[in-house]
Amino acid sequence: MIGMATTTGLFASGLISAPVSVTHYLVVGAILFTAGIVCMAIKRNALGVLMGIELVLNGANVNFVAFSSPYLQGQGATSLGLDGQVIALFVILLAAAEAAVALAITLNFYNNHATVDVDRADDLKG
Amino acid sequence: MIPMMIPLAAVNFHSLLFSLFAALACGFAVAVVLSDNVVRMAFYLVLSLGATAGLFFLAGAEFIGAMQLMIYVGGTLVLLVFGVMLTAQSPFVSMKTAAGDRVLAGIVAASLLALLLQAACSVEAWQRPASGRVAAPSATPIGTALVGVRVDDPPPGAAAGAVRSGYLLPFEIVSIHLLVVLVGAAYLARAKRRRTPRAIDEAASVDPVDAARLESAARSRANLASSVNASGRSGSASALAAGGGR
Repeated sequence: MIGMATTTGLFASGLISAPVSVTHYLVVGAILFTAGIVCMAIKRNALGVLMGIELVLNGANVNFVAFSSPYLQGQGATSLGLDGQVIALFVILLAAAEAAVALAITLNFYNNHATVDVDRADDLKG
Repeated sequence: MIPMMIPLAAVNFHSLLFSLFAALACGFAVAVVLSDNVVRMAFYLVLSLGATAGLFFLAGAEFIGAMQLMIYVGGTLVLLVFGVMLTAQSPFVSMKTAAGDRVLAGIVAASLLALLLQAACSVEAWQRPASGRVAAPSATPIGTALVGVRVDDPPPGAAAGAVRSGYLLPFEIVSIHLLVVLVGAAYLARAKRRRTPRAIDEAASVDPVDAARLESAARSRANLASSVNASGRSGSASALAAGGGR
């Protein structure tokens, strides 16, 4: 009974019947971006900060792909075309490079300071 | 029971799958933020990025979705998981964030999200989806564009037969960048021979064999100093060389 009510509720709100548009993707990208920003700000583990960066880049990628898709936009709107997909590809590649370097720095910091707490990385503080 | 309530033909499976993947991606992204355990955060991140690859497939960018799965989920996150494993000492697995920081982050997140959602919903042209488009594969246009040849449709209003530039130069820049970065990462993370003992070794408890060796080394160094004082310069050079071997 509850399942039926939930299904009809979803149906009425258009989540499973209305076609998907760019706005839907932008909302997902905004949530991913916000989660990443908060993750970067509040995590004390250096690897948690790295994960926040990955989330932010991924939220931007969702927006790029949505704007490049020919299926999500009406005739009046101009699509990014292939550019958006290629930019998303480059973002994925650069995120891989960034993760490799950031992980190497984190491991160096761990070897030298025996911690991964970013609050303890204050050697340059005057 | 569900087909009784709703005719199956009325269900838009694109929207249904989009809702599923969007809920997975957003839910696990929020779980990454809320979790304190770094191992669980890594696992939630894998699921969130995998669901995002599903969103890419649904947007018609199947090549980007495949690359997301192969490079991001298969490469970058495995790297992160290795980082987690290499630093997973008990005090660092679960590092709590202060409650005041959480409240502050919640306020900042709510205002940022409100701003972004308002911007996302403000343009009317973005809310009208296309209808009746035929799916076309996107891997071939991307592949040829990366070597400088464009075979995709030109934008409306472009002159017929106009030469459009591909992405050969960015492709080369990114490839050199990746090479330099990987060499740099290998240099940064290499196993070094250290003069001074590492802080992590000092932090660990010193086992008795090590302590005895350190003590005997210190004693021989003291003997060496006294012999340097006693004998002349010629004898001390060979003694120093023998002592410096450690």
